[in-house]
Amino acid sequence: MSAKKLKGEKPPKAERKTAKVKGKMKSATKAARTLLGRVIMGRHANGMRRVAITGMGTVNALGRDVPATFEAMREGRCGIGPLEFRDVERLAIRIGGQVRDWEAETYFNRQQIVLYDKFTQFTLLAAREAVEQSGLVFEGELGLRSGVVLGTAAGGMNTWDENYRTVYEEGKNRVHPFVVPKLMNNAACSHVSLEYGLLGPSFTVATACASSNHAMGMAFNMVRSGAATVMLTGGSEAMLCFGGVKAWEGLRVMSKDACRPFSATRNGMVQGEGAGVFVFEDWEHAVARGADILAEVVGFSMSADAQDIVMPSAIGAERTITNAMLDAHMRPEEVGYINAHGTGTAANDKTECAAVAHAFGHHADRLMISSTKSMHGHLIGGTGAVELLACIMALRDGVIAPTIGYEEPDPECALDVVPNTAREARVEAVLSNAFAFGGLNAVIALRKA
Amino acid sequence: MTEVRDRIIRIVAEQAMLDPSELKLDMSPQDIGIDSLGLVESIFAIEEAFDISVPFNANEPEKSEFDISTLGAIVSAVEKLVAEKA
Repeated sequence: MSAKKLKGEKPPKAERKTAKVKGKMKSATKAARTLLGRVIMGRHANGMRRVAITGMGTVNALGRDVPATFEAMREGRCGIGPLEFRDVERLAIRIGGQVRDWEAETYFNRQQIVLYDKFTQFTLLAAREAVEQSGLVFEGELGLRSGVVLGTAAGGMNTWDENYRTVYEEGKNRVHPFVVPKLMNNAACSHVSLEYGLLGPSFTVATACASSNHAMGMAFNMVRSGAATVMLTGGSEAMLCFGGVKAWEGLRVMSKDACRPFSATRNGMVQGEGAGVFVFEDWEHAVARGADILAEVVGFSMSADAQDIVMPSAIGAERTITNAMLDAHMRPEEVGYINAHGTGTAANDKTECAAVAHAFGHHADRLMISSTKSMHGHLIGGTGAVELLACIMALRDGVIAPTIGYEEPDPECALDVVPNTAREARVEAVLSNAFAFGGLNAVIALRKA
Repeated sequence: MTEVRDRIIRIVAEQAMLDPSELKLDMSPQDIGIDSLGLVESIFAIEEAFDISVPFNANEPEKSEFDISTLGAIVSAVEKLVAEKA
């Protein structure tokens, strides 16, 4: 496809400068690849550690664990449907990727529920699955050397919503004493650390739709640098309540009927909810204990567009994709699959396709790129985490999750978007894109273990 | 209906940080200097001012039932919605 520049987009000053020295950079990059790309056992030649994924867990509209989610992705099943919550009839947008029939009592006791907002509940359930799979017990030294970094955009939105109702709508003057510890954005992160006795670096990242990718990028860098041995990472979101959806309605970028990324007939995004949690572990540590390594995290890049508060930039996206591959010592030709940001809005999809075309050149026509948001919806701060599952499924099972709801090709999105049906394919390396409101980009790179 | 027109012009002018006298009915939002975010905000202000609901999707503004090609088109569309409400 033609790598044409988006209309009216001028590269920022710094970018123009970089272009001048590009020639020099190319040879330097090549040298760096041969030198730093060498891997000896669990370490890179530059002393950096390798990072293994040894556990994964999730709750989302497609299923309450990883096997159910993989099955739905393989079948191209849609988890989006009519929303069910109080006052939904006052909304113009009434569909979403909701976790149906959620009863917190199934998983948590009363004392826990009074402290856990839904985003924390989703996180804890996902963490439980991930930690069980890893087989890790965080005792002694390992607890001290392990932490949690999670993404969320809105934190305890349901708690805000319910308590605003109490004081504004019902006119009450007293709220439950735990409102603050329940709604704070770091609640999920803190409860994971409490649950497993993780005493190392722990915090929450909030960068809208890129939160999870930023969180996982931080976790990757902490394990890679040796600052931590194990990091639990990923993210969650639970914004499907009256106030949450009402706020999104205002922007007029939401679809009333379906999420159809890359299809000419797309008409907006659809929100989802849920969580994804992963165990990122020092490779040598994982190998020494005979752990099953699901995939290797090999690269990460983040950047800011510094251009517009909501409109994405193809240049910013392209720069981030390219830098993630450089960080991973990965040649573009090695990338077999990209899990797209693919929101299903006019603006994102064409910008993202232009960025991929620029970053990959001719190889853009040979790689597969799909948006699983078409199935689980856009989990905002948790989306990158659930989408990393599709990346692991591609590497480990050789199954590429499809972009469902695809009806008609769009010449501005002329890539292989794996329309409607999952595909079997062997891929060695994958990328996962996240381009947030605010122009904040985060791309993560994985390799087959 | 001149009242509707004048109120819309005031709303759009405020969004564009221009004097209402500088706006002409044949100007497009782009001519006026309003981007997609400014347009969404203007439509919100119009809905609030006239207590109407404007069918506008920022994803495909050109395909919306609501014509936003020029200021004049916006005025006619709002007049229609106001009349329908009455």
